[in-house]
Amino acid sequence: MSDATLYGLCGAVLVGLGLFGLIVHPQPLRKILAFNLIGGGVFLLFGVVARRGAAAGLGGDPVPQALIITGLVVAFAATALAVALLLRLFQETGRTTLRLDG
Amino acid sequence: MPSSATAGGFLLVLAIVLPVAGAMLSLALGGRHAERVALIVMPTGVVVATAIAAAIWRTHSVLQYFVGNWDPPLGVAFRADGLSAVMIVTAALLICGIGLFARTQFPTPRGVEAHASLAFWTLLLAIWGALNAVFISGDLFNLYVALELLTFAAVPLVSLDGRAETLAAALRYLVFALFGSILYLLGAVLLYGAYGTLDIVLLSDRVHAEPVAWATISLMTAGLLAKAALYPFHLWLPPAHAGAPAPASALLSGLVVKAPFFLVVRLWFDVMPRLSDREAAQVLGILGAAAILFGSVVALRQARLKLLIAYSTVAQIGYLFLMFPLAIKPEMGRSWSTTAWTGGMLQAISHAFAKAAMFMAAGLIAEALGHDRVAGLSGIGRALPITVFAFGLGGLSLMGLPPSGGFVAKAMLLTAAVAEGQWWWAAVVLTGGLLAGGYVFLVLARSLTDPSEPVTLLSTVSPIRQAIVVALALCAVLLGFVPLRPLELLQIGRPEMAIGGLK
Repeated sequence: MSDATLYGLCGAVLVGLGLFGLIVHPQPLRKILAFNLIGGGVFLLFGVVARRGAAAGLGGDPVPQALIITGLVVAFAATALAVALLLRLFQETGRTTLRLDG
Repeated sequence: MPSSATAGGFLLVLAIVLPVAGAMLSLALGGRHAERVALIVMPTGVVVATAIAAAIWRTHSVLQYFVGNWDPPLGVAFRADGLSAVMIVTAALLICGIGLFARTQFPTPRGVEAHASLAFWTLLLAIWGALNAVFISGDLFNLYVALELLTFAAVPLVSLDGRAETLAAALRYLVFALFGSILYLLGAVLLYGAYGTLDIVLLSDRVHAEPVAWATISLMTAGLLAKAALYPFHLWLPPAHAGAPAPASALLSGLVVKAPFFLVVRLWFDVMPRLSDREAAQVLGILGAAAILFGSVVALRQARLKLLIAYSTVAQIGYLFLMFPLAIKPEMGRSWSTTAWTGGMLQAISHAFAKAAMFMAAGLIAEALGHDRVAGLSGIGRALPITVFAFGLGGLSLMGLPPSGGFVAKAMLLTAAVAEGQWWWAAVVLTGGLLAGGYVFLVLARSLTDPSEPVTLLSTVSPIRQAIVVALALCAVLLGFVPLRPLELLQIGRPEMAIGGLK
């Protein structure tokens, strides 16, 4: 198994774990964590994709690397917004679940 | 497709930069100036939107701009075809209407700093910028960023009042949206890995029917459906759209859910036209049909007016996805597909106007009565005749009765369904129209009955706000009078579609 395959499989496993968590866990905090897990997996996959540039004699394809950085910023902002909403919900109601009946 | 930036390309940059700069400026200047900034940006934005549409109409070609003069695949392109132009103009008009309507609700405070006012006006401009970015981005990763900006601006609008249930609704909306966007991003990564570019035009040449392309289109479509609240991903929509303040509901239901739908259209028709096949499109159509039937039936059972309108949004989103099985054909005889495609896009636009008007009418009614229970609407037709009239006009378009934009849209979908021999979609369109008639009639009939005791209004409703609601509802109706020729604008930039099919 080549390094790139191992790397890609790692990303796939993270995406799978994250998707499982996002769908199965009802608590919002766990969903936010699961979202970050998927994000990590996606960025790993992007990292593997960047290796394609190595074939052209470059150290790596720079485009995916730039996209990873942007993606990290977006994912960070999303997490911050979600956590802020969750904190506010906790302050208002004293709970951190999303059940409709409350 | 021109290979270099076109003359009017800077207009595209303005369409994004203007609202974003406005949002930044209001954030910097604070709540006491946010409204003023928005009031300056709104008319300017309409001028830019009109200029874009006029430039595309005049030259009959795509407007294009390359950021930093770097050609794709290295650079990022902005492209506006006829479809983008129509969506940009719709967004500009609606945002102006909503902004003028919201002035009474989020006024500039005297002396004190008001967070709700600052948040609303900043987010309004941010949503505008993000929408325009979605409509003109020519790069799938840029589109991801634009979609995320849209989500980040839309989610706080849901919980502007800070009540616990709206916070929960906003959080649920955000979780669904994040699920959708990460699936979309995963698809984009796989596409880049397989084809080495994310530019829409370059991709449309390179994508072939193979497993990786299938995987990406499935992932991206599934993600976008979660954001567009197509059945069965609609769970987040009713509490979020019904809980938001009326102008925000109008914005979310009228425009924000149209952005992911627009992207699905881009993906299926522009990025991967060679991949789109009938069987996959049938799945989208079935989900759309389920949304129409489920959303309409549940809307009939709602006790609160805003929830009723929100469930009607779930149903109307379903119509948008009926265009996929009708417009996608693997073989080249595309005459009827143009009709279905145009019908679908017209449905998106007329629903935007109609639904915004209905949510704002419901907001006026709720302000005047202090509640929005459907059972308690007796006599409101006499107390607020203009508002109820606007609600009815919006309803006209939802039902698909002539003369209205909704009628022309649904008639086109019906014609295409019959011409294609896919009569079952026609049955769904007709049933959905009947059910929509049911829930609109429920509200109108209740509001026209004589109340047991005289209606006391908590506050007077300003005639200007009523006029704005009527104007937006009239836009939805007038779309039905637009002769088919301006619809050619929708076709600019898509040579494969036969104009001759538009009969």
